[in-house]
Amino acid sequence: MKQQDARTGVLLLTPTLVIVFAVVLVPLAWSVLIAFQRVRLIDVGRMGLFDKITLDNFARVFGSDVLWESLRTTVFYTAGSTFLAISLGLVAALALRKPFPGRSFVRAAMLIPYVAPVVAVTFVWKVLLNPEFGIVNSWGRKLFGWDDPIAFLSQARGEITLFGLDIPVPTALLTVIAFEGWRYFPFAFLFLLARLSALPGDLEEAATVDGATPTQRFRHIVLPQLMPVIAVLVVLRTIWTFNEFDDIFLLTGGAAGTEVVSVRVYELLTVQRNVGAAAAQSVLLAAVLVVLLAAYLWLLRRREGAKP
Amino acid sequence: MTWTRDRVERAVFGVLRPVVILFFLAATLLPFYYMLMLSLRPIEDLLRRPDSLIIDLGELTLSTYAEVLRPVTEGGQGFLSLLGNSAVVASASVVVALVIAIPGAYAVSRLEFFGRRQVSSLFLVVYLFPSIVLAIPLFVMLTRMQLRGSLIGLVLVYIAQTVPVAIYMLKNYFQTIPQSVEEAGLVDGLSRVGVIRRISLPLAMPSVIATGIFVFMIAWNEFLFALLFLVERRDQWTVSLGLAQLSGSIEVSTTVLMAGSVVITLPIVLLFFMTERLLSQGLTSGAEKG
Repeated sequence: MKQQDARTGVLLLTPTLVIVFAVVLVPLAWSVLIAFQRVRLIDVGRMGLFDKITLDNFARVFGSDVLWESLRTTVFYTAGSTFLAISLGLVAALALRKPFPGRSFVRAAMLIPYVAPVVAVTFVWKVLLNPEFGIVNSWGRKLFGWDDPIAFLSQARGEITLFGLDIPVPTALLTVIAFEGWRYFPFAFLFLLARLSALPGDLEEAATVDGATPTQRFRHIVLPQLMPVIAVLVVLRTIWTFNEFDDIFLLTGGAAGTEVVSVRVYELLTVQRNVGAAAAQSVLLAAVLVVLLAAYLWLLRRREGAKP
Repeated sequence: MTWTRDRVERAVFGVLRPVVILFFLAATLLPFYYMLMLSLRPIEDLLRRPDSLIIDLGELTLSTYAEVLRPVTEGGQGFLSLLGNSAVVASASVVVALVIAIPGAYAVSRLEFFGRRQVSSLFLVVYLFPSIVLAIPLFVMLTRMQLRGSLIGLVLVYIAQTVPVAIYMLKNYFQTIPQSVEEAGLVDGLSRVGVIRRISLPLAMPSVIATGIFVFMIAWNEFLFALLFLVERRDQWTVSLGLAQLSGSIEVSTTVLMAGSVVITLPIVLLFFMTERLLSQGLTSGAEKG
C-alpha cells in the first residue's frame, strides 16, 4: 500500500512538475546563460545555445550609474511600501476585531483594492491625481489653498515648506509608495484579522482583571502573538514589492525618479532590445531575491520547529 | 468618577474605532465610486466641473459605454472583443490549472513519497519568483517560435504561474478531510484515484470553486506578460492590456476609458463578493495557527 501510494503520488504530481519545469525552471536556467552572452533581439533567431561566454553584460550593468540609482530607488520604495501596507493592515484589523453590524460587508469592501485589476486602479489613481482635471488637485486648491496643482506622478522633486524651511521631497516616489500602501494593505489586513480572530481570549481577560489598560494589553499580549504573522508578511511583501513591475510601470512609466530595477529590465529588453544586458540585470535581481527567499524559508522552519 | 488611564483609553478608543473604520471604508471605496461616476459623464462635463463628486442627472450618459464597447470598425474601442479574449484566456487557464492542480494537491497533502517536502518548497519558490526575470527567456523563446501574438503562449504562462498557488489552497483543504472517510473507501475496494474522484473531490468542491475563481482573477488581471506577448496584435489584446495601451493615447477621452475600467473591474468585484468567504479562508488557512 505504502509503495503504491508513493507511486501514485509521483504520478499525480507529474503534470505539475512538467509544466513548472518547462515554463519556469528551464527558461530561468536559460536566462542565466543569456546573461553571459552578447545577445540582441535581432540575433535571437540565429544564436546557438552556448555562443561565446562573456562577462560584458555584467560589466556594463555594474559599470552604469543607473544601476545603483535604480537599486537605491527600489530599496527605498520596497521599505516604504512594505512598512505602510503592513501598518495600515494592522490598524484596520484591530479596528475590525470586535463584531459590529455590517462588519462582514466592511471586511469584504476593504479587500477590493487588492483584487481589482491593476490596470484599472492605476488608471483611476492617475486621473484622481491629474494636475488639470483630477479631483485631488481641484479640491486641494479649493479647500487648502494650494497655489499650483501638484504633478504627483511626474514631479521628481517637490518642496514642502515647514516652519519656514523648504524640505525637498521625492514627490512621485512617495506617491507610488502611497499607492502601494493602499493596494496591498488589504493583504496584510486579511492575514492579521484571521490571526486576531483565532487568539485565545483568556490571556487578555486575565490581564483586564489585573488592571491592564487597552494599550498595555495590545503591547504585551496581542502584539507578541501577532509577531510571527507580521514577520512572514514583512518577508512576503518585501519580496513582492522588490520585484513589482506593473504598478510603477503603469503609474509613472519609471519616470520622475521612480525607475526601479524591474522597470529597468523591461526597458533594456524592449526599448534598447539588449537581451543580454536585460538578462544580466534580472539575474542580479534574482540573486537578491534568493537571499530574501532563504530568509523566508528559514523563518518558516523556525516556526515549524517551535510548534509542539 | 475619577479619570484613570484605563477609562481615558477606553473612551478614546471608543471614539477612534468608528472614525478609523469610516476612514478605511472611504479610502477603499471612494476611488471606485469616482471611477463609476466619471464613466457616466461626458468629458466636457468633467472639464467644466472637475471638483464635483455628484453626477448631474441632466448630464448622465451611457454613450461612454457604447463607445468603449463598439468594434473599432464602427468608431469604438472594441472592448467587447477584448473582453472575449480575456474570458477565453482566463477560463482556459482555470480549467487546465485545476486539472493539473487537483491531483497534485492531493498527492502533496495525503501521500508519502520521496521528495515531498522539496516539492512544496519548489512551488513556493516558483510562486514568489519575479515575473520580470521569467519574462526575458519566455519573450525570447516565443519570439523564436513565432508564438508572439498568440493567446496559447499566454495561457501556458498563466497556468505555470497559478498551479503552485492552486496547489497551496487545495492542499490546505484536502488536509481537513478526515483520513477515516478515505480509508473506508479504500477498504470498500476503491483505488486511490477512485477515492479522490468519489470521496475527496465532492467534499472539496467549495474550495475547488474558490481556487478556480482565484486563478480566473489572476489571469484576468495580469498585465506584464500580456504586454510582452500581444502588444503588436490589437485583435488579440486582453482587456487589461487594451485599457493600458489606450490610456496612454490622447485620442480616447478619459470618461470613455473610465467606462472601460468599470467594465474590467465589475466582473472581478462581483466574482469576489460571491466567494469572498471561501477565498479569504482558502488564503489564510494556516495563518490562524500563528
